[in-house]
Amino acid sequence: MRIPIETFHLDNGLFVTLSEDHTAPIVAVNLWYHVGSANEREGRTGFAHLFEHMLFQGSAHVGSNEHFELIQRAGGTLNGSTWLERTNYFETIPSNELALALWLEADRMGELLPAMTQEKLDTQRDVVKNERRWSVDNQPYGTMLEKLQELVFPSWHPFHHSLIGSMEDLSAASLDDVAQFFATYYTPDNAVLSIAGDFDSSNARSLVENFFGPIPRGKGKPPLSAMTLPSVFGKQLRAVVPDDVSLARLFMAFRAPVFGSEEYYASSVCAALLGMRKGSRLYRSLVRERQVAAGVSAFTFGLAKGTDLLVVDVTARPETETSQLEEEVEREIDLLLSDGVTGEEVNRALALIETDLVASLQSAGERADGLSMFATYFGEPELINEQTERYRAVTTAKVNDFITERMVEENRASLLYVPKDRVEVEEILATAAGVS
Amino acid sequence: MVTALRPKSGPARSYQFPKFHSEVLSDGIRLLVAPVEKLPVVTVLVVVDAGSSNDPIGKEGVAMLTARALLEGTRRYDGAKLAEKFEQLGTSLDSGADWDSIFIKITVLSERLWAALGLLSEVVTTPVFPEREVERLKAERLAEILQIETEPRALADERFESFLYAEESRYSKPDGGSAESVSRLSRADVEQFYRSRFISGATTVILTGDVQPDEAHELVESAFGGFPTGSTPAQPLVVAPRSGARNVHIVSKSGAPQSELRVGHIGLPRSHPDYFPTKVMNAVLGGLFGSRINLNLREAHGYTYGASSYYDWRRGPGPFAVATAVESDVTALALREIFLEIDRIRHEEISADELSLATHYLEGVFPIRYETTSAVATALANMVIHDLPRDYYDSYRRNIRGVTVGSVLEAARTHIHPGELQTVVVGDAALIREPLAELGAGVVHIHDA
Repeated sequence: MRIPIETFHLDNGLFVTLSEDHTAPIVAVNLWYHVGSANEREGRTGFAHLFEHMLFQGSAHVGSNEHFELIQRAGGTLNGSTWLERTNYFETIPSNELALALWLEADRMGELLPAMTQEKLDTQRDVVKNERRWSVDNQPYGTMLEKLQELVFPSWHPFHHSLIGSMEDLSAASLDDVAQFFATYYTPDNAVLSIAGDFDSSNARSLVENFFGPIPRGKGKPPLSAMTLPSVFGKQLRAVVPDDVSLARLFMAFRAPVFGSEEYYASSVCAALLGMRKGSRLYRSLVRERQVAAGVSAFTFGLAKGTDLLVVDVTARPETETSQLEEEVEREIDLLLSDGVTGEEVNRALALIETDLVASLQSAGERADGLSMFATYFGEPELINEQTERYRAVTTAKVNDFITERMVEENRASLLYVPKDRVEVEEILATAAGVS
Repeated sequence: MVTALRPKSGPARSYQFPKFHSEVLSDGIRLLVAPVEKLPVVTVLVVVDAGSSNDPIGKEGVAMLTARALLEGTRRYDGAKLAEKFEQLGTSLDSGADWDSIFIKITVLSERLWAALGLLSEVVTTPVFPEREVERLKAERLAEILQIETEPRALADERFESFLYAEESRYSKPDGGSAESVSRLSRADVEQFYRSRFISGATTVILTGDVQPDEAHELVESAFGGFPTGSTPAQPLVVAPRSGARNVHIVSKSGAPQSELRVGHIGLPRSHPDYFPTKVMNAVLGGLFGSRINLNLREAHGYTYGASSYYDWRRGPGPFAVATAVESDVTALALREIFLEIDRIRHEEISADELSLATHYLEGVFPIRYETTSAVATALANMVIHDLPRDYYDSYRRNIRGVTVGSVLEAARTHIHPGELQTVVVGDAALIREPLAELGAGVVHIHDA
């Protein structure tokens, strides 16, 4: 499967990718800024994400919340998201509204600051603090991402600190920080704009030139501190989190080759083979046969800098002791290391991944996001069309090489959630036993 | 700098929901096929009129357990082998039950459709429900129930419904069953449920994507041959409110940093003739980012990350609710705003601007919703389950456009009942009990989580 791709640069450095598809009268606009929580300075954890919220608070010619109002009134969907390495903003709209979406994105890239006020910052700070309470503090296993980052990245590393940020740092963020962050990172030469769907390419090009052309190039951003890490942790890492959860859950992370490298694909296949769907190794063994787990999954983070992570995620059955959970997972990984994987397992993983890759291209928003991602990380949006081939090049031997190098004891980090209150669990188990 | 001039809309290009072919096969199974020529993928969705509403009294959860147990073995293959076979074809099977149906679904590259559909038909027509796997699935459901106890959102949803509906209503209990009812289920219950509901007159097979009707006809006719014929009787559903008065239920979770809130009452069945004005009314009230409730609670007050309202559309009257999570110490203040917004939508007409925001949004996102073969298949399944007219999706946008400020007010006055609002708060009872008692939103009851 290949999608058509056109690319061009504006003089101010904005990288633009276009992919036409006239199946339905809709179009996706997608902007990636190459800035994420990794770029935050000390004492300002969570700022990249708080800043993302400020981008919906209006710009020189757009009122507060008007961005949302105009896109929804036009019959479109929209959102934004922040990750360690990037921040993205996206709209999918009826194709006759393409100019509106581009203009809105250009207005906030060009002239955000005139619309910024202390009051808006204070409100969004409260909104983000509530987002933290909702998705992290008041959610079982909600602290997983920040606890894992803390465990597996050294304290000096840009991926070490929390993405959503601490309450204290969120409180400290000021309008000056907003102005500085905007000037440093929200510049056309630090962004990729992708358009996918029903549009005419020459028309789209002239809209982009008109709206984004006048925005000046940035002055460059400070380099991230060194991110490269050895291929293994060097020793087993372990952290235990007693939490308000009913079931113990183990996240076991391994340093893995960065996203985009040839070795990455072996790591990604290994994750699918271990934890994707019910035919996967861990599901078969821990859920179906041994019945010690209620659920399993495995995934790679897809980090393009420093090191990636492969994570195995196993939730215990209520009657499984936490020590047993750890032993069972360790045993599975040891088995992998001693016996390797079979060609059938690799084929199963590859077949599932291929269907997902094709199915994901159905949505204009996903096509645009993929183009922006490959353009931002590697300068090559065409990589979106190469993914199937890259995966097909993964052989059983390559997966086994990955396992031999990376799944060794000195490359395992265990983050273990344990119920802080076992009483309730036991009561429910007793009720169930009493009636059966 | 960037031009101050806002661009105008261009001429709109027309859109049509995918045309579909519909027939009843020789053994009574209904077949729907929507060819979508875009990518080499096909979604197959089997829908059976066997949702959780049909669970016999005392056997709550049997529909869900049956849906899951279908994948655990057929006459030819055990569960592990089935998963392996499907996944070697690059597809995986999802199955589940909602209130009105059991569904079994795959998405597969079109070159592998024959093989995958053959396997799928085995799952639907010759499941064996091995005892060991049924027991395992029961244990996994118990684990799920335990998880909900510590998950404020799911807990609030579940408790809200139990406070909304009378004890004897199926809707008052979780669709997947309680610890008590699930523990009692046996392999025989699953087998019995399957035998009574999985018959051709209750079954629809839907194919969408890179497939033509004649090919689909041939495939399904041969793969599903021999399915028991007949139809299932409609099961009467008891729906009555648990209380006629306003109540506030605090589900105590000490130390919770937020209060998870649900405010609402029993809503409308999907078949209600006021569906469209009610849908638009809800969009203005809490269905959009720019809705009254979200702008008030999030953007004006910063009480929450998000607030919304929804109707859970089922064959029977599902819940109408406002849902949000707010910082514990503003719980009463946030509730006050929610009650104000609920009253306001009943007392005065919405503005023309609010109406156009809602209708333009619902019209515009219509094509965006149906980009994937899976979404088109689900839309067709809804048409079948809710017995919607064949031209439902073709007339949808016209129906949305037909809603007026007058019909919205009428819908709000007729269908929103402030005197019946039930409030559920999952949060720190010690902190919120007094302010909630002073709010006058009904008698305050405190419950354990």
